[in-house]
Amino acid sequence: MLPDRQISANVSADPRNTWVRIRGLSFDRGGYRIFDRIDIDIEYGRVTAVLGPSGSGKTTLLKLISGQLTPGAGCIEVGGRVVHDMSRSGLFALRRSMGMLFQSGALLSDLDVFENVAFPLREHTALPEALVRQLVLLRLESVGLRSARRLLPSELSGGMARRVALARALVLDPEMILFDEPFTGQDPISMGVLVKLIRSVNQALGITGVVVSHDVRETLSIADYVYVIGEGRVIGQGTPQEIEQSDSPWIRQFVQGHPDGPVPFHYPGPSIADDLFGDGG
Amino acid sequence: MTNRGVEIAVGLFVAIGLGALLVLAMQVSNLGLAERGEVYRLTADFDNIGGLKERSPVTAAGVTVGRVTAVEYKMDTFSARVTLEIQKRYDRFPMDTGASIYTSGILGEQYVELNPGAEEEVLADGDVIGLTQSAFVLEELIGRVLLNRAEGG
Amino acid sequence: MLDSIAGLGRFALRFVERLGRSQLFGLELLRALGAGLARPRLMVEQMYSIGVMSSLITVVAGLFVGMVLGLQGYYTLSDFGAEDSLGQLVALSLVRELGPVVTALLFAGRAGSALTAEIGLMKATEQLSALEMMAVDPLRRVLAPRLIAGFLSMPLLAALFSMTGVGGGYFVAVGLVGIDPGSFWSQMQSGVDFHDDILNGVLKSVVFGAVVTWISLFEGYDCIPTSEGVSRATTRTVVHSSLAVLGVDFVLTALMFGE
Repeated sequence: MLPDRQISANVSADPRNTWVRIRGLSFDRGGYRIFDRIDIDIEYGRVTAVLGPSGSGKTTLLKLISGQLTPGAGCIEVGGRVVHDMSRSGLFALRRSMGMLFQSGALLSDLDVFENVAFPLREHTALPEALVRQLVLLRLESVGLRSARRLLPSELSGGMARRVALARALVLDPEMILFDEPFTGQDPISMGVLVKLIRSVNQALGITGVVVSHDVRETLSIADYVYVIGEGRVIGQGTPQEIEQSDSPWIRQFVQGHPDGPVPFHYPGPSIADDLFGDGG
Repeated sequence: MTNRGVEIAVGLFVAIGLGALLVLAMQVSNLGLAERGEVYRLTADFDNIGGLKERSPVTAAGVTVGRVTAVEYKMDTFSARVTLEIQKRYDRFPMDTGASIYTSGILGEQYVELNPGAEEEVLADGDVIGLTQSAFVLEELIGRVLLNRAEGG
Repeated sequence: MLDSIAGLGRFALRFVERLGRSQLFGLELLRALGAGLARPRLMVEQMYSIGVMSSLITVVAGLFVGMVLGLQGYYTLSDFGAEDSLGQLVALSLVRELGPVVTALLFAGRAGSALTAEIGLMKATEQLSALEMMAVDPLRRVLAPRLIAGFLSMPLLAALFSMTGVGGGYFVAVGLVGIDPGSFWSQMQSGVDFHDDILNGVLKSVVFGAVVTWISLFEGYDCIPTSEGVSRATTRTVVHSSLAVLGVDFVLTALMFGE
């Protein structure tokens, strides 16, 4: 049966209740060092954001937390258990308590909306069909797509697909949801819808949220705590207000979108005088 | 495509596929000619069986009445012992029946033709056919022709 | 000069690495087979898209191959006065070799590339990742039913091919060229052995079905998840499957039909 849900007020009252603890994480891929001994804490019942430029490995971080990738060094604990030490069945049990929202929604293309949301119920529970139907309809209602339940994923817009994916991620009552770039490429209305949904999922259901994104404004508006990563390290952390008022030139460039700063505008190389009037190249 | 439609289509596909296999088995292969019913065994020794092999047909008056089931070389008699299985309904071959190895067409496969004799006693399971004629070996004929020409002319 | 040798070495290393990955993948897939059997609905759906949809091309190809065999066989056999053996020639060629092999090649082109594209697209749209995140093993739920459907469909398709091929040969031999139908069938029937020829042909097509489906699934599963990566993977499927089928055919033929 579905696990009991604690009232969010009780849990979030304790700030040292760390659900995901990352210590000294290092990860390489393709010869590049994606993460270099980083430490991150995800508090239970809060929305924690991980901001950073494209290519900084944010999606990789989510895959490391869920155990789809194994760290090169360091340790990731979820709910007190080390992720990469778990057996296959332990990992699968972990993932049932963890939902993930992919950038494209990642709905199964041969199933309609209803069947997609019902999928985790059918795979992992033996609930009677009537109960499945009610649970699915309730979840679809909470994302505003109950009447779209017979559409196929190919007939949905990007924003709608993400909402269906959110309903699917919620249907087994997870403890935590990982959001992979939920705002990227969305029009303002869809963006507003998603912001509302992420906030309500956290506040009404007490679900821990991890949002990775490079959309600064939306992310800062819903996060309780923010990590800014760049070049494989944590270059800043704090509450949204602290981040906005930060002195660090890295953070300022990123948050305010300056084209030139610690991340240079010009690709590194010889000066233009050398290129125009020199030999070679 | 509806679910039922898919299931029907797959069912048809499997049925037709198995049907094709059945057609191949019955019409195209020798399974259709398989002996129905019981068989009894006879053996025959030949000096040379040529290209005769297992599953070669055994005929009488041109009709297939059985199959060759085993071919062995006998060191004590220096001849080939062939085991024939004849359908039980053809059980009245006389004791002096002859077995000859012929070739079907010019390049065809070889088979055993039974030539019934005149005795009253009939061959029964386990009996040996005494009169045998070996296979026709092309090289021997050529050799004999050349020899004849050399002598004659 | 040194560069090209280094390039060759890199190519060889990559090839061996991929080969190893495909073997590991194959083993994992075998382990997931039991779960695939437990989902008859998925298997039936896959048999539809793999088997049923390939039937038309198989039947048409079989018909034409059979007719060509009839014609070519007649021209050659009539030089020896052995036209009566035409039935045997057509049937043996089809049942032993052309049925299983040509069907497998057609299958690789039609069903194999479709499988690769499908799986590759699922990978590119993160559906496979999503399944893993939902604690569903994609090997069990997505790939194993397709593998089973593949090596169940193939012998049926090969039988269809051979049957229509024999029909095509009959049409040419008796209808066009005027060979006596009685001798066409009787020569064929005495020349084609059920155990040695037909069953061996069926065995071959089961093996080919497994090989082609395995390669198709692997290329999709392993591809680079971009549209270019998927299209290159489908090309690789057709090429590798075809070569593998021909190679395995040689080995099987030597084992089965050698004395």
